[in-house]
Amino acid sequence: MVINLLKYSLIFVVSVLLQVLIFNNILILRMIAPFFYILFILLLPFDTPRALLLFLSFLLGLLIDVFTNTPGVHASASLMIGFLRPGVLRLISPREMLDSVLAPRVENMGLNWFAGYATFMVVIHHFFLFFIEAFTFNDFLITLIRIVLSSVLSIVLIVLSQFLIFRK
Amino acid sequence: MKNLFRLLYRYHVVFLFLVLEALSLSMVVTYNNYQRAAFFDSSNFISGTLFETFSSLWQIFDFKQVNVKMAEENAVLRAALQERYLKSNPGNYHASDSIYLPRIAKDSSLKAVYRFTTARVVNNSINQQHNFITLNKGWHDGVKANMGVIANGQVVGLVFKVSENFSTVISLLNIQWKISAKIKRNDYFGSLSWNGRDYRRVQLNEIPYHVPVQNGDTVVTTGYSSSFPEGMVIGTISDFSIGTGSNFYKIEVMLAADFKKLVIVGLVENKQMNEIKQLESLNNNGN
Repeated sequence: MVINLLKYSLIFVVSVLLQVLIFNNILILRMIAPFFYILFILLLPFDTPRALLLFLSFLLGLLIDVFTNTPGVHASASLMIGFLRPGVLRLISPREMLDSVLAPRVENMGLNWFAGYATFMVVIHHFFLFFIEAFTFNDFLITLIRIVLSSVLSIVLIVLSQFLIFRK
Repeated sequence: MKNLFRLLYRYHVVFLFLVLEALSLSMVVTYNNYQRAAFFDSSNFISGTLFETFSSLWQIFDFKQVNVKMAEENAVLRAALQERYLKSNPGNYHASDSIYLPRIAKDSSLKAVYRFTTARVVNNSINQQHNFITLNKGWHDGVKANMGVIANGQVVGLVFKVSENFSTVISLLNIQWKISAKIKRNDYFGSLSWNGRDYRRVQLNEIPYHVPVQNGDTVVTTGYSSSFPEGMVIGTISDFSIGTGSNFYKIEVMLAADFKKLVIVGLVENKQMNEIKQLESLNNNGN
């Protein structure tokens, strides 16, 4: 239990630091930006209470907002995937599978499953994030292109991170 | 009550989500400038679009007249441009536009201080004490607050609020607005305001009675307000009297612009406005 707490605190801190220090500085073609930090929400154990999940998502988003100076934008987007995560999980995997393992990790669930899971969550998150940021449905196509390209980058980074830093 | 708590407990995740989401979205709207502007402008946008649709219907009937007026204005401007060119370059006149225009621009003494653009009137009123005009251009098109608004070279008002695609103008027919104006013939200046009675007449005050005034004298802008260039026509003096117990004339000025028929207006931007305002603000701070 204590080990788990420490482990997820570490993931939380590392996700935020990586996002704030490295990925926030990446902006390709003035429109593609990766949002890596939601990895933390992705990795939480299956049996995390939903209320706790919401609180942690909100806290995570708010922290990112503090660093990017956009109060509420990341908070509302990551809250959204915190809320939708149980639904997404139920959608993409059978119940027995979720009961048999502890956390949604590559080594537990396989690369294909994890990539699909990450894609769902990242696309939902980015969709919300970019539309709240743009705050308009004008230039719908441009926002959509930004969402798709940024999502691809985020998904690649999140999946890669599973093999590079969060191996354990 | 018990049932309420049961309901709350059963859906506590949804409630928590809604509360937190509302909180973060309210933060978005409250603290981020862009979203705030977009949020509060959308109401503006809806009403503006409505106005624009309706006014364009009515204005179809006015277009013929507008065309004639604009052609006249073009002619006046061309004449003024040529006159100015001749003054600055005596004996150096080229008939071709393409040759002399760039030269004027390069000449630093004639560096363009005022920039002119046009906009269409989408809403206008003359029957209130505080009349405003709505134009179909906003900050998206470079409109800023305090730009002067003219029609056919005659003063109409001052840009007041600007949204993304629309702007509102304080009309000269607004009892709260004053502009400095002078009599063109002798350069005595006073302040011009409207008493709220007749939409064709405004009042010029603070002209001392030793100044010779005649009916028919033209009243023009002074350029002190820096929203308008000097010498834009406001109207002509139609009546004047010496107020009892006062050292100043009461002068009635017949407006040159027809406020009932505004369709296309010009916007005047003073590129040096900020510099002037900054400098002037130093005077106040010094006290």
